[in-house]
Amino acid sequence: MTMKQSIAIIGATSTVAISVARKLAAEDVDIYLVGRNEDKLATVAADLAARGSSTHTIVTDLANLDEHAKVLQQIESATHCFIFHSALTDQAAAESDWSMAEASLTINLLSPLSLLHGLANRLEQQKTGSLVVVSSVAGDRGRASNYWYGTAKGALSIHCQGLRNRLAKSGVPVLTVKPGFIDTAMTAHLEKKPAVLWASAEEVADLIVKGWKQQKNVIYTPGFWRFIMWIITRIPETIFKRLSL
Amino acid sequence: MSSNFRSWGTIPHPPQETLRPFWVSELADLFANQAQSLAVGNGRSYGDSCLLQDHPVIQTTQLNRIIRFDRQTGVIQVEPGVKLCDLLTVVVPAGWFLPVTPGTSLATVGGAVANDVHGKNHHTDGSLGCHVLSLDLLTSDRALRTCTQTVHTDLFNATIGGLGLTGIITAVELQLIPINTSWLDVRYQTFPNLEEFARLSTEARDDYRYTVAWMDCATPGSAGRGVLISANHSEQGDLTVGTAAAKFSVPMNCPKYTLNKYSIRAFNALYYQLQKRKEDGVRHEHYQPYFYPLDAIGHWNRVYGKKGFHQYQFLVPLDAMPVMSDILNTITNSGMGSFLAVLKEFGDIASPGLLSFPRPGYCLALDFSERGEKTAALISELDARVREAGGAAYPAKDKLMSADSFQQYYPQWTAFRQHIDPVCSSDFWQRVSNTSVSTHQTQQPDKL
Ligand SMILES: Cc1cc2nc3c(=O)[nH]c(=O)nc-3n(C[C@H](O)[C@H](O)[C@H](O)COP(=O)(O)OP(=O)(O)OC[C@H]3O[C@@H](n4cnc5c(N)ncnc54)[C@H](O)[C@@H]3O)c2cc1C
Repeated sequence: MTMKQSIAIIGATSTVAISVARKLAAEDVDIYLVGRNEDKLATVAADLAARGSSTHTIVTDLANLDEHAKVLQQIESATHCFIFHSALTDQAAAESDWSMAEASLTINLLSPLSLLHGLANRLEQQKTGSLVVVSSVAGDRGRASNYWYGTAKGALSIHCQGLRNRLAKSGVPVLTVKPGFIDTAMTAHLEKKPAVLWASAEEVADLIVKGWKQQKNVIYTPGFWRFIMWIITRIPETIFKRLSL
Repeated sequence: MSSNFRSWGTIPHPPQETLRPFWVSELADLFANQAQSLAVGNGRSYGDSCLLQDHPVIQTTQLNRIIRFDRQTGVIQVEPGVKLCDLLTVVVPAGWFLPVTPGTSLATVGGAVANDVHGKNHHTDGSLGCHVLSLDLLTSDRALRTCTQTVHTDLFNATIGGLGLTGIITAVELQLIPINTSWLDVRYQTFPNLEEFARLSTEARDDYRYTVAWMDCATPGSAGRGVLISANHSEQGDLTVGTAAAKFSVPMNCPKYTLNKYSIRAFNALYYQLQKRKEDGVRHEHYQPYFYPLDAIGHWNRVYGKKGFHQYQFLVPLDAMPVMSDILNTITNSGMGSFLAVLKEFGDIASPGLLSFPRPGYCLALDFSERGEKTAALISELDARVREAGGAAYPAKDKLMSADSFQQYYPQWTAFRQHIDPVCSSDFWQRVSNTSVSTHQTQQPDKL
């Protein structure tokens, strides 16, 4: 007999999260949706329900770390946890205003870490399940144009690396996802140029589900970003300084 | 904001500014803030009915969630941007199918309603509008109305086949049809000419839910030969879902010599011979290749090269078969006939749609590569014949219809005009609703 899978999608109204959830929903699973906007969560939940899965919605502002204990309790029976939430940082604002920088660190770094803290301990004990964390290529190298966002994502990637090594002993895989540019609600206001570097949420979701099923460690989505970042991280700092990237 | 939205006919047009909301809740503000706009779906219309120069269109493809699906009754309510292929992925395993489907599964539900699309089952099931239970319509004054056959009836009727001009459809509720398998039993019959087609088509009408014919319009001497393909949902097989992902994609615009009258004639001859071989017995085909053969080839529209192409689809009343023959000769003699001319007998099931294209008659759709004046002249000549025969041409496929032609094909347009949202317009509409050109003929009195 196969047990019904139970999955938590944190940051469930993100465009990629919705696509991933849909791909998983087809396989008859129990889905916990965590997010801030009640109406949007309800929309997503209805869509997944129409596809045959049972859903639970948990409304919370993920930037509010005080709520996390409660959230962790509510998703207690989820064995596979996907962390999607993220907010683009206004680099200029963060440079001039500490509170903006702090807000970016809170939502992009402290919030996932606080959740992973609780989830890791539970899954380590249960010796089952998996973690999927969406970081970013922006965390691979600090750049003048977005290092506040990059700082959070870089630290998040390092954290996942450590966690992966710790949880490997308990048989709990940790997948770090490093997307490049994705055409989503979060990036709706940006020019999609050059077009070849922009991927659709659908495409990225496919790769995430595939990477998760194959228990990969780190995936770049799409894969060519691994190559781009390989080059970018190898450019000597003296030259990099002059590139204004 | 982006600017790569294209219409399917690929005839170059100025970049189309495009807004892509991710949530239905964003629509009211977005819409109300535009001086002029138009909701569009996945750009599977060939001409300019999904374009609006100098103003942004609002593309709904991200509004693609299912709102409700009742597996017992087969009633499904969806956001407008759900593609037909995605809807099928959900409903087919549960034993349901679209009541009416066009020849591409890459159209959105909203776009399909706004063109009141027809399928191979027009003679048995009418057009899509006949199966719409309710529509949620947002107007630029931020009002959201649920319209049905009995509530806001006029707006309901105007919105079905309303070319996006009555406002933005934010939800569509459809009654699906039950199926036992995702397969069809398909019969192929070749015919030598139009008369024989008419006979076979009439014969097949009662026994087959789906009928459609492919006809050769290119080969002098053999024009009018073709294959009638009739099908029913099969009792044999499983409920597997098809994949709309292209198996092969045309990587770039083809050079203009790819398609010429010789290659097209050769193609038509080959196709005819291949189909002829299928005449023995009944074939068992999955819905995906049966309904959506072209979806297997990504960007097939690029074979027409960078100048693009026109599709022309028209119908004439059943008693006007001689006109159809005439038109066929005109096309063949022009040397511009295309591959895959599609012929279908429409039935008499009326749609609620005020401005709908389908009506009883013989309907023919074909492609013409863009050759400027020459193509325009041919299409204008065809329009003249269709007008004379009391027929109509299909806005979803059109880029050249004159205001005169439109107003004669759709005399209800004056009644329709009252339901147009002040913010909504399209390039198509600006052309065909022009009243100043209508000089050489007196307008027919409004029938409604
Ligand atoms: C290979 C192929 C085969 C086809 N076969 C058939 C066929 O057999 N029968 C048939 O009838 N058609 C057929 N078509 C045409 C196609 O089905 C229609 O053009 C359909 O409307 C395209 O849907 P779309 O989502 O791409 O809409 P678009 O082309 O983007 O828009 C179509 C119209 O819908 C309006 N619209 C879109 N969304 C909304 C909304 N949310 N609210 C209000 N208005 C909206 C637009 O303003 C526009 O007027 C075919 C097209 C192709 C490419």
